[in-house]
Amino acid sequence: MIELHVLLGLMIIGAIVAMEIEDLLSSVIALGAVGFGLTLAFLLLRAPDLAITQLVVEILSLIILIRATVGVKLPREKIRSRIGYFIFAVIFVALFLSFSVKAIAQLPLFGDSLMRIGSQYVAEAKIKTAAANIVSAIILDFRGYDTLGEATVLFTAVIGVLAVLRKSRKQA
Amino acid sequence: MKQQQGMSLIVKRITKITVSLIFLFGMYIVLHGHLTPGGGFAGGVIIALSFIHLVLAFGKEIALQRLRESFFSAIESFGGLMFLGIALLGLSGGYFFLNVLPKGVPFTLFSSGIIVLCNIAIFLKVSAGLFSIFIALAIIRMPMDDAKEQSR
Repeated sequence: MIELHVLLGLMIIGAIVAMEIEDLLSSVIALGAVGFGLTLAFLLLRAPDLAITQLVVEILSLIILIRATVGVKLPREKIRSRIGYFIFAVIFVALFLSFSVKAIAQLPLFGDSLMRIGSQYVAEAKIKTAAANIVSAIILDFRGYDTLGEATVLFTAVIGVLAVLRKSRKQA
Repeated sequence: MKQQQGMSLIVKRITKITVSLIFLFGMYIVLHGHLTPGGGFAGGVIIALSFIHLVLAFGKEIALQRLRESFFSAIESFGGLMFLGIALLGLSGGYFFLNVLPKGVPFTLFSSGIIVLCNIAIFLKVSAGLFSIFIALAIIRMPMDDAKEQSR
């Protein structure tokens, strides 16, 4: 489990670099490093389905982000450092951490199955659906409604993008 | 002088070889979604990436002569309707999303009833949807681009 913690630390560093760096392209590349770290984390946690999906979606979004940020320079706003902001930030982070320590202590242990329905899926998936990949059996058979909702979300997103861009193309 | 479109000759030659391999790998991921990790969503994104590969290498004008946006919109709608139709097919046996087709033997290609068909429907929907988003983003002309071309 130590390698997972090292990986999560690297991802936090990458996220900080992506926020703080001046150049937009370098920021996008640091964001990609965070995404590929997430892919490796899924692999270490033995979720290859999620790892494949995360990898290909990361590549697609990186292509679009690089295309959008190449040759673009945004003026960087300078935030004046004030002592009041600093005190507010420290108080907020301290409150957040103290509450999250209490909340995390109440969570079930890592990998512990909280609900009985999960073990029922694991036991019955092969008999009821004859699918060797149990993740497919769950998302497309037992939980088909969720996948239908996800497909609806994607459809709505595509319609929205096409509607917005078509209007601006007509004006140009 | 004829304007050069897309990337260099080396990239174009290599693209002609690799695009079909990427497409084949995507089809493998889709059709084996019920046996190995992957499935309709991941395979659909891989196939959309193979088309994007073509657009990036050959330039948008040449690639978009072959790949029409309206065709991909139609494919996406067909995928969504196919998924809904498979779900409605379950009503003939009792309830929504019932696995009515014969299940077959586990670990073989033609097994697990509607899951294969659902994977194919999701693959059509995801690949066509993501690629039509990419086409729309590639076609759009920003005011910045016009200013850049005039200053050249």
